Formats: sequence, structure tokens, C-alpha cells
Amino acid sequence: MSAYAGDVAALARKDLLLELRSRDTLPAMLLFVVSALTIFHFALPSGSSERAETGLLWIAIVFTALLGLSRAFAAEREQGLLDGLVLAPCDRSAIWLGKTIGVTLFLVLAEVVALPAFALFFHPLSWELVAAVALADIGIAAIGTLLAAIAAASRARELLLPLLFLPLAIPVVIGGVGASIAANPGTFLAFLGLYDAVFAILSWASFEYVVTE
Amino acid sequence: MLLLGGYTLAFYWAPEDADQGFSQKIFYLHVPIALTAYACFGWGAWKALRLLWTGDRRYDLESYTAVHMGVIFGLLTLVTGSIWAKISWGEWWTWGERQLVLFLILFLFYSSYFMLRYSTEAGPRRERNSAVYALFGVVLIPVSFLAVRIAGTILHPTVFTHEGANLPWQMLVCFLICLGGMLALAATLYRVELAGKRASVSLRELRELLA
Amino acid sequence: MIRARKLSKRFGDKRVIERLDLEVPRGGFVLVTGPNGSGKTTLLRLCAGLFAPTGGELEVDVPRGAIGFLAHEPLVYRELTPLENLDLYGRLYRLPERRERAGAMLERFGLWRVRNERAGTFSRGMLQRLALCRTFLHDPDLLLLDEPFDGLDVEGADLLHAELAERIGVTALVATHEPEALASRATARLAIA
Repeated sequence: MSAYAGDVAALARKDLLLELRSRDTLPAMLLFVVSALTIFHFALPSGSSERAETGLLWIAIVFTALLGLSRAFAAEREQGLLDGLVLAPCDRSAIWLGKTIGVTLFLVLAEVVALPAFALFFHPLSWELVAAVALADIGIAAIGTLLAAIAAASRARELLLPLLFLPLAIPVVIGGVGASIAANPGTFLAFLGLYDAVFAILSWASFEYVVTE
Repeated sequence: MLLLGGYTLAFYWAPEDADQGFSQKIFYLHVPIALTAYACFGWGAWKALRLLWTGDRRYDLESYTAVHMGVIFGLLTLVTGSIWAKISWGEWWTWGERQLVLFLILFLFYSSYFMLRYSTEAGPRRERNSAVYALFGVVLIPVSFLAVRIAGTILHPTVFTHEGANLPWQMLVCFLICLGGMLALAATLYRVELAGKRASVSLRELRELLA
Repeated sequence: MIRARKLSKRFGDKRVIERLDLEVPRGGFVLVTGPNGSGKTTLLRLCAGLFAPTGGELEVDVPRGAIGFLAHEPLVYRELTPLENLDLYGRLYRLPERRERAGAMLERFGLWRVRNERAGTFSRGMLQRLALCRTFLHDPDLLLLDEPFDGLDVEGADLLHAELAERIGVTALVATHEPEALASRATARLAIA
């Protein structure tokens, strides 16, 4: 059990170290999300409701996540490094877990910038929104990591990842927007938790099959 | 086998007698089609699970065919649902109709399944990826159902509530017969398509052996 | 240790390996020769478990953790230093005292002075040496080497010979363009057309 945890920790550390040194994914995500929020300001006619603005925040989060996910296996893909990891005797699901932790962290860091920017541009945040964002991050990272590995095997991987991801992201948006604006956010937050649990387990269990032949 | 498909059509004319209004008839078409689509997706996911569990590559074609059937029936669900909506409320599309929204999500998801298959080279990799995605799909069904349901309470008010299960027994019997017929139709089409696919695969393999 | 019967591998319509028979006994050192594109790399990847056969049978009686695989790519992270790379692989291969082993390996391949520099700055030859460190790090029972001398200068080649000399009795399947270099060690040869 602790060997597994050690593997996951080593892999997650590796991803963070790589990002720290190359600095190509996170700055892009930050810039993207702030640009998106700016465009949204111009896309919304004056007098738009707060609800519409909140909805657009969730769109920004989903697409920023897509941006980050498209880079998730970039190093491994470009240099064939996934082979090196797959050959190791560790459980393949540890690769998934390590990578998912990394992606979640990147998302959170992007939101540390995005959420204050949103509050500045549009309207103040509620704690329910922040909680919903945190829960959504886990679910998005979980399925995104798995789907990135699936897309990596195809010829049109940049196109395929969004196609595979967006239908699965619809429930997340429903849960997130609902939690942000509804009178009873508890239902929606619970739903997000359920989504996270179900899809995280499924992704964790099926990663092995997606990354080996 | 094909006779069973014929039965379906025959029985559609029976419910007319027990009917009260044209819009009701669509119910006998739309709901069985929807349920059959769910059954196809479930069957596809089961075959996918068998593929991953046993590694027997035959299951790939079976899973793929089942999902294909599901998408066809799903598209029909959307079409018949849209017709029903137009007849009932004068709109081709309404976000308040939960089944329709759910099927839209599933239709998008399983269309991506086909994009996945077309853009990946044939081989063990594609089979496994497709199988895993098919499993995600079948898990998505209840999750989306729940999502659309809670969305309905706040975001998009549900316009129409289905009649409860207190149908008069004649209608229930007719409905079940239609459902059975539709499932039989799906099973027939599935067998036909699977046989066709298997035949073309065998043909290709023969050609390669000879080459 | 490796037993292949009528092994076939096909990618879409392209048949790369066709009904190959192969037997590598424990302690055997087999050289695989053949022109480019003949399937040498594919054969090694099949034995490593990275590819699944599309036909025939393949048995490799060695657990994953006891295989040392050298690929065309060095399989090292360019943004990490050699020490960090070997530390990661040591961790994944559950090596006790992985820091010490990593250090010893780097010394043996003459990379100790650059142990804290990013691998991205290395030349082709140095990358190959680092890849060899990664391959031998966990004392594998089975070596699957794809063009091990590729990119190595004379000194590097000598270091590789020394490393192989120390590992007597190891089983190996080596794909190479220059079989003469390893002819003295080879117990058998396989030519793929």
C-alpha cells in the first residue's frame, strides 16, 4: 500500500518538477482564462444577469481545463516516455493517479487567478461557488487524464480530446452552475461529489487498459 | 428473425383502437425506441466489459455494433421526441423535456465514440480504448439522468410531466408488446449488422493470407 | 526465457512480423540483424510487452520488473537531471538504496560530473549513456537492447562492453546493425528479412 503511495508521490512530484522547469502549461492556462473572462465581458450585453455571468465562468473553467489537459501527457508523448513508465513494475493506475493530482493542482492554481479576476470583472463570489469549483476540478482532472491517454493513441489527438471530454463535462457544468446560483446548493454539491467518486473510480480502474496494448 | 421485425409494425396498428388522440400514438413509438436505445448501450457496455476482462477480441465487433445500434435508436428517439414535442406543445425542441435532453447528451457522447474509432488505427489499442469509453457511456446514463433532473428543478422548469404509471391495462399491454417488438427489431438488426461486419473482416483476412 | 511460435504483428494493413519462431534460453545472447524496417524494433517491443501480438504465441518468463529495455528513444525526461531521472526509475522499480545505485551507475558510464545538469543539454552520446544507465539500473535478468551502440563514441562503447562483461549469464536479445561488435558474446543469431 505504501509502495503504491510512494509511486504516486514520485510521479506527481515528477510532473510538478517538469512544469516548474519548463513553465509552459500553467502560464498559458492563466493567460487563457483571463483572456476568456475579458472576452465574456464584451460578449455579454449590459444589464446581463449575474446568473449568466456565473454560467460563463464555468465555461471558462471547462475550456481552460481542456487546454491544460491537452498538455497533460505532452512530455511523455513527445519523447515516448510513456513506454518507460508502462514498463516499470508499478501499477499503471498509479500513473493515472499521479498525473491526476498534477492536473488538479494546475487547475486549482489557474483558478486562484481566475476567481479573483472574475470577482473583479463581474460580481463577488459565494463560498458555494468556490466549493463547487473545487469539487469540479477533481472530476474534470480525473476523467480528463484518462481521456487524454485515450486521445493520445489516435491520429487526431488535439481534436479528439475535446470531443471525448465535452459530453462528459455537461453534468459537471450542471452541477457547478446549479450550486452557484440555486437556493439549495447542497443538492448540486452532493451531485458533484457523486460524479467525482463514480468517474474517479472508473478512470482509476480502466487506465491500465488504455495505456497498454 | 426478420419476421419478428415485421411483428413490430403489425402491432402498431393495434394500439390505435385503445387510443385517445393522435399524440398518444407517438408514445408507443417514442418510449420503446428510447428504452431499446438504453438496452443497446447497456449491451455494448457489457460486451466491452467482457473484452477487457477476457481479452477475447471478438467482443470488440459485438460492442461496436451494439453501440452503433444504440446511436441509431438514439437518433430515432430524438426525432420521435421532437415530433411529439411539436404535436404537444408546438415546439420542435424544448429543454424542459428531460428524456430529450438526456438523449442529446448521450447522442453527443456516443458520436464521439465513433470519432474515437475512426481516428485510431485498428488494433488492440483501439479495441481497448473503445471498450473503456463504452463503459464510461453506460455510467454516464444514470449520472446525466440525475443531472438533468436536478437541473430541471432550478434552471429549466420542466414543462411537461409524464403521465404516471396508472395507464389503463389495455394501453399497458399494447405498450409492452410494442416494447418487445422494438427490442426484437433491434436484436435482429444487431445480428444482421454483426454478421455483415464479421463477414467483411473474414474476407479481409482471407485476402491477406492469399496475398 | 523467451519462446515465440509463429509470432505475427500487423499494424492496420502493414504486416511487420510474419510467423516468426524464436527461442532464447536462459543465459542466451541473441543478436537480431536485418535491414531498416524489418521488424527488429517491433520484435523487441513485443518481447517487452509494449505491443501485443496479432497472431501466434509469445511467452516471456520474466516479470516486468526484471526486464531492461533500451529503446530507440532514450526514455529520459529532458527537463530533469540524470540523478532525478534515475531516482524516479529507481523508485518505480522499487530499488533499495536507489540513490547509491544511481550514483554508481552514473559513474560507471562516465556521467558523474554532469549528474546535476538537465538531460536536455546533453549530446546524443551522453543521452545514450544515460539511457544505458536506466536500462541496467535495476540489474535486469533479461536485456532487450535496440541498437545499443547507436550514438556512442569509442569511450562509450568501451564502457558498454565493460558493463556487459560484468553481467555474465544475463539473457539478452539485441537488435543491431553491427553484429561484429558483439559477435564474441553471441550464442545465436537471428536474421530478419
